[in-house]
Amino acid sequence: MVSRAARLYIGLVVSVAAVLVAILAERVMRQRDFWPSPTHLINPMAALITLQALFLVCDSGTTPMTSRQTRWSPGSSATLAAVVLLGPVPAALVGATALLSLQRHLRLAERLFNGAMYALCGLAAGEAYLACNGPVGRPDFSHFRTILLAFAAAATVHVVANHGLIWGVHRLNRERGIWTRDGLESSLTLLLASDLGYAALGLVVASLWPIMGWFAAVLVLVPLFVARWAMAQFAEQQRAYAATMSALCQAVETKDYYTRGHGDRVSRGAVMIARQIGMSTDRTEAIMFAGMLHDVGKLGVPTQVLQKTGKLTPDEFAAIQLHPMRGLEIVREIGFLFEALNGIFHHHERMDGRGYPMGLAGHEIPEFARVIAVADAFDSMTTTRSYREAKSIDFALSELRKGAGTQFDPVIVEAFIAAMEQEGWELPGPAEAPVDLTNVTVKDHDDPTAPLPVVDP
Amino acid sequence: VTGETIARRAAPARMAYWQALDSGRILLMAAAAMLIIAAFAGMAALHPQHINIRAALSFGGFIAFGELFRLALPGGREAAPIAMVGAMAYAMLLQLPGHNASVIYYSPGTYDALLVVAVAAIGMAVGALPHIAAGRPAGLTGMCTRLVAVSCVAFIFRPIVSAGLLHLRWEVQFAVIAVVFLVGWLVDTLVGALIRADDVGARFSVAIRDEIRLQWPLGLSVGASVIIAIFGAKRIGVMELAVFIGPLLVTQLAFRRYAGIRATYLQTVRSLARVTEVAGYVEAGHSRRVSRLAVAVGRGLGLAEPELLALEYAALMHDIGQLSLRDPIPGGATLLVGLDDRERIAKLGAEVIGEAGVLDDVAELVRYQSRPARGHDPAPPLGSMIIKAANAFDDMVGSSTDRNRAAAALERMRLDPVEYDAGVVAVLAEVAARRVPSRL
Repeated sequence: MVSRAARLYIGLVVSVAAVLVAILAERVMRQRDFWPSPTHLINPMAALITLQALFLVCDSGTTPMTSRQTRWSPGSSATLAAVVLLGPVPAALVGATALLSLQRHLRLAERLFNGAMYALCGLAAGEAYLACNGPVGRPDFSHFRTILLAFAAAATVHVVANHGLIWGVHRLNRERGIWTRDGLESSLTLLLASDLGYAALGLVVASLWPIMGWFAAVLVLVPLFVARWAMAQFAEQQRAYAATMSALCQAVETKDYYTRGHGDRVSRGAVMIARQIGMSTDRTEAIMFAGMLHDVGKLGVPTQVLQKTGKLTPDEFAAIQLHPMRGLEIVREIGFLFEALNGIFHHHERMDGRGYPMGLAGHEIPEFARVIAVADAFDSMTTTRSYREAKSIDFALSELRKGAGTQFDPVIVEAFIAAMEQEGWELPGPAEAPVDLTNVTVKDHDDPTAPLPVVDP
Repeated sequence: VTGETIARRAAPARMAYWQALDSGRILLMAAAAMLIIAAFAGMAALHPQHINIRAALSFGGFIAFGELFRLALPGGREAAPIAMVGAMAYAMLLQLPGHNASVIYYSPGTYDALLVVAVAAIGMAVGALPHIAAGRPAGLTGMCTRLVAVSCVAFIFRPIVSAGLLHLRWEVQFAVIAVVFLVGWLVDTLVGALIRADDVGARFSVAIRDEIRLQWPLGLSVGASVIIAIFGAKRIGVMELAVFIGPLLVTQLAFRRYAGIRATYLQTVRSLARVTEVAGYVEAGHSRRVSRLAVAVGRGLGLAEPELLALEYAALMHDIGQLSLRDPIPGGATLLVGLDDRERIAKLGAEVIGEAGVLDDVAELVRYQSRPARGHDPAPPLGSMIIKAANAFDDMVGSSTDRNRAAAALERMRLDPVEYDAGVVAVLAEVAARRVPSRL
């Protein structure tokens, strides 16, 4: 997973952190002033150990927010408390505890990098705090404004250093995520809000330390753990939600033997495209559900029409063309992004304006619909139908290219092909002959290689 | 529960606000009004120059900010954790930098508590104004509940401060604050449970348990923040307390996301349960009517909220197994098909739901929805018996509000105690009697 450039980068960060901490530690040791204001704190060593413990507890379960990359890292509150109470070098030592993180799944490289990163962040924040005339040691709150300003500078430096160093790894690992243009905008406020909120906790610990000592750290952990508990509940609900949605979609698909799993696969394809074109995590999630549900309206089409052999009458064709509208009717009340509904409603529009239900053309068609249309046609071609075998991926991609500009958005088609080259595509197993012939349709409205036969009026 | 309560839920738009008030709410609002009158009457006797204006303004602003950013919790509840922290911290304020005596009102006496009530009331009112301006509900009930809780805390705690709490060790102060906060929190939660029990028609004992289970994590967080704010104010002063809003916002953000996904989940199941209607398998509105009936019956039988949620999901999706049928049942009435088919639909539905892997309790309820109440070992779960009765009732009565038709359906179910559980049918009859015409 880790590219060579990323390895080099991690090595660089680790050695810089080690050298810097060593030099600074040596310097303060020589000045016999390791603890800049030892007189004010009864026992600076105990404070350091408490804060290190606080860091470990905070770090023991960073909760994923929306994606793999965006995580809450409440450990910063311990580091920043150390900045105020003890100074830059002890802050770096608190940050370096990330090496011993209680998260078992971390590999050595990740531990090293995290330890070095948080040490550097602590060091930088501590220096920033000193540079802004922040008094280190037992806080004297008659100058709270000064402390607050210096602390704000330290917190900002910490946040920037933290995300900057992580950004480097993701960049070198060629991972796309929150730092793509669109993604950054949508999750930046969330990140800043949570990071600055946690940073403020550091000041809370420092303020309460003179009154209650180590107990301040315990007190601060309570809201932290409650927040984490709520986030865990949220994540659990989100998983349950996705699983339920998928199960319900499968239930809808039982009507038609050959299209089983179609919704799931279209959803997967749409998400691949969404990542490739740099959609934000929220929108990616919405398009995942939109892809899953895009054909739900087919349930409203009479089974005789879906199963009819031979040409369709114009009325029957109209009934099939109604399915996006039926789908919209079903999902309209879900508190979805408006865009997901658009995607479901317009997924059969064509770039040349000859699609249905509205006959929109070009970029009048919502982006979600253009994405789903490509994934939809691709899955239709690469799976077996009653009237033909599954086509190969290469054939399907070349068909998509042929239709680019007339039926599909060329940008989306190219993004899909690029994503396909990077991630690959797992074809569903060859369909066995259906046992029950009542659930078989003989045509597929999604298949661009075999347009629905309609009687000329 | 009166018929009026149900009517309000069925058709909220057609009733004026005062018509929707029930006795519990009126009592609560009367108590809050008395407190406010007492507070302002007492204020008239104060010397304005003895009021710590800075503290009053800071905490009033804190409370108003908290009312502005309220938090929706699962089950249509509303909380205002930040306002609660502000009000509780003000009520239990110990010391401020540079002040050795009382910090709320400089002269000794019982004016402290009255001032706290007045400031909290004004802060809440100011915080509610933007909601009213934006056309959202003002949340009067919630504010009254919080005001009563804060008043309790103030009237208990201020005398303790006057009695010399300030001269004790911080550990003692901490313990006293924690205990008094717990009392205030319990008042808030109990009043909330009382109002809710009245609203949705739940038993009070069940409502209390539900409320405590749902509120304790947030309560813990608010309590810790109150203590942090009180001791923090002692060190850094009141204006600077704004720093402490940051961590609270993080907690609130987490809760908001949690409540949001729960609401979306329910909406999705509600919507997707309609696929059977769109596909012509069941009559329009059937699943929603059945779920509404089932939940009302479940409440009447004293089910707790998690069980009610599972029951609601199961009732919404009870016909999902019909999607596997080749031809829709005429009119969708499962009552009219043979027992074997009903068992098969139930089993298929349970399989579909079980596929999700996270709704096993719901799948279980769907699986046994057609099993007779008596003569089977093990007996079907209560939820299944409720769905069976609600489904049969709706198959026979539908959206009709004809009382004779409902009575006939209930009579038929009563005469068949093997199929339908007598206790369930009895509560169903009560629920049905409260039914009023509603547009579905």
